[in-house]
Amino acid sequence: MSDEKKLFKVTIDNITVEVQPGTTILNAARQIGGDIVPPAMCYYTSLKGSGGKCRTCLVKVAAGSAADPRPMPKLVASCRTNVMDGMVVENITNPSVLEARKGVVELLLINHPLDCPICDQAGECHLQDLSYEHGVESTRYEFNRRTFDKHDLGPYIQLHMTRCILCYRCVYVADQISNKRVHGVLDRGDHSEIATYIKQSLDNDFIGNVIDVCPVGALTDRTFRFKNRVWFTKPVDAHRDCPTCKGKVTLWLRGDEVLRSTARKDQWGEVSEWICNTCRFEKKKTSDWIIEGPTVVNRQSVIGQGHYVNITKPRETISDVMGGRPPKLLMDIHNVSGVNNVDLSEIPGPASGKTFEEDPHAFATNPTDRKKPELNSNHELE
Amino acid sequence: MGRKILIDKVHIEGIRFFDTYRKNGGYASLEKALKISPAEVVEEVKKSGLRGRGGAGFPTGLKWSFLAKPEGIQRYLVVNADESEPGTFKDRYLMEFIPHLLIEGMIVSSYALGANTAYIYIRGEYAWIIDILQKAIDEAKEQSFLGKNILGSGYDCEIFIHRGAGAYICGEETALLESLEGKRGNPRIKPPFPAVKGLWDCPTVVNNVETIAAVVPIINEGGDEYALIGIGKSTGTKLISACGNIKKPGVYEIDMTISVEEFIYSDEYCGGIPNGRRLKACIPGGSSVPILPANLLLKTAKGETRLMNYESLADGGFQSGSMMGSGGFIVLDEDQCIVRHTYTLARFYRHESCGQCSPCREGTGWMEKILLNIERGKGKMSDIDLLWDIQSKIEGNTICPLGDAAAWPVAAAIRHFRDEFEWHVQNPEECLRRNYGLAGYAEPLEAVIS
Repeated sequence: MSDEKKLFKVTIDNITVEVQPGTTILNAARQIGGDIVPPAMCYYTSLKGSGGKCRTCLVKVAAGSAADPRPMPKLVASCRTNVMDGMVVENITNPSVLEARKGVVELLLINHPLDCPICDQAGECHLQDLSYEHGVESTRYEFNRRTFDKHDLGPYIQLHMTRCILCYRCVYVADQISNKRVHGVLDRGDHSEIATYIKQSLDNDFIGNVIDVCPVGALTDRTFRFKNRVWFTKPVDAHRDCPTCKGKVTLWLRGDEVLRSTARKDQWGEVSEWICNTCRFEKKKTSDWIIEGPTVVNRQSVIGQGHYVNITKPRETISDVMGGRPPKLLMDIHNVSGVNNVDLSEIPGPASGKTFEEDPHAFATNPTDRKKPELNSNHELE
Repeated sequence: MGRKILIDKVHIEGIRFFDTYRKNGGYASLEKALKISPAEVVEEVKKSGLRGRGGAGFPTGLKWSFLAKPEGIQRYLVVNADESEPGTFKDRYLMEFIPHLLIEGMIVSSYALGANTAYIYIRGEYAWIIDILQKAIDEAKEQSFLGKNILGSGYDCEIFIHRGAGAYICGEETALLESLEGKRGNPRIKPPFPAVKGLWDCPTVVNNVETIAAVVPIINEGGDEYALIGIGKSTGTKLISACGNIKKPGVYEIDMTISVEEFIYSDEYCGGIPNGRRLKACIPGGSSVPILPANLLLKTAKGETRLMNYESLADGGFQSGSMMGSGGFIVLDEDQCIVRHTYTLARFYRHESCGQCSPCREGTGWMEKILLNIERGKGKMSDIDLLWDIQSKIEGNTICPLGDAAAWPVAAAIRHFRDEFEWHVQNPEECLRRNYGLAGYAEPLEAVIS
């Protein structure tokens, strides 16, 4: 290829990366990885037109480009803003960005039921991750939350509109993946809802993918509902020869039992290869599948917190963000305190090994450390 | 007496119809424009210094010159007649009484932009105006001022009317385009701007009714002549729709050199406050712009007389100023309750938020609920700070300006009338029976500062 395009240099939180022209700020940040990647609740790489709605990925553009280094006046949605050559972006290094993001998280949660203990999505919910990483510990919202009735959208999918954060991802799936649009958004404002017109079922070979793209527990798999918590299941990669789709899935096993199958997600929780309804809902035996091995878990998730074999940690970016300088600490406790150089047995106080091993009559200052024989001997003296 | 150039002929009987309009100098600007090149028409508009009358006040000539002009791709002119801002009704007046002025302005503007199709996106509630406009279009077509080969110049132009379905958000230009395309009226994420990718992905200019109507006198008299009217960068005349506690509500054309005080109290305009009441506050540019207390409205923070124009109303930023906006001039007298007023606006914005992006969707509802609590005497002191915090989280973080429009009135009400909010919280029973009244708002500014 002779027509090599000039790469754009973009600096995100003091880390410079070269990307193709036309890349968004979010994708440039994802090429760097680690803490500096803005969270994204509505953006989905494979869905055209998605993004820009949830406003969690807001970043500050401190310099528009090398040619025009003026900063952008407002915070911009990094998922829908393309990089320019010489752009300087501030994400976690800018307090106003963090403040705005905190505000968005709080606003996203005011109408969310927070019913995580009974929600099937708990453990792999992007809203849980988001509020844990960027939210505040409590809400200032004191009013009734908006609620909707649950709807069964056909035999496989259930809609809990109450949990929805209106990211529109499922609408784009119905628009772009399946061959007819069957659902959309009705009404407007905080009472708008994802719905099928007159409660029709979602009837399409690929409509099950709306479950995978849903960042929260609004669209759930009826064949998996209340069967198990995701952190008790073990994900394995598997495939089968499917006439409709590529048949590459992640199976979620408990013992030998297939509890559910989902499309494979990358480290940003996004599906690149959609799967059909047959693979997702109907093939629930291990004999239907050729199992490849444990799924790589490379996102923080409750599954990764257990003794799971296949975990890859994201890149550590903190020292790069700080310009090569280690994080500023109040004091380096290892140098200042010298706590590691002390022989514990020399400290008057709680019993140490010596108390028991070397001198059976050793006398410690701690009254509870007195040994029985000693007490007895004292008693005898009296 | 201010100079009138837009609605000077409104009182002529039958001006709504083509014959009378033509006899009174109508369509002269079209004849004049067709003799010069489109670029020269744009140049005239640039020279005139005309600023968008829809609210933002962006220079129209500049907007037109941003229009992308790729070969072989259709361009569109869209007229924003979705006038839904509470307190604004100037476009309705123009379209209802002198519809040919808009049609004439649209043909001239389309010619200048090289567009062969123009749309009027009109608010659905203006049902009878649609008939008036349609009749005007039909008349113009009969006389070959519209349609194929206009006046033998070889230029074709068609105008279509599209009716909105009652959503305030469709007054935002990209939501308007979505709605015009037959989709849900959600604002688009910018960039790309409509000038590059607008209606059906073609370059599009979206202008307010009054802006397009103002093109007619600009071409008739010349851009330089038009620029002489007014003051500074606020050239030309502006329609102000005055309402609220004034003796003579209605649409007034001003030349932007008169003071706010004169506008409210002179008999030529609003005629003062009725029933011997005194002025408490005013929203000078439609419900979205910050409210100002009487003392800051009549005089700027520097002590200068505030004039009815873009710069003077915005003097002092949002700390002590407001905006010209769309010219919806809402006057509140001493009997009005600011908390109730702010609640009404918050309820409006909650109802009209499209629900696309989260800060506006959730934040507007939250603000409304808190304001209702304070209004009903169930509020807490911390609620006022909370309101302030919520509005700051919405402002600037949304896709379209509706989030800002919802945040600004709340912010301004707390900034200028915090004592009234506190009084509501401290006197939960009294606030149900009576209003806070005038307090210090009408005192001269010096007295308040010292």
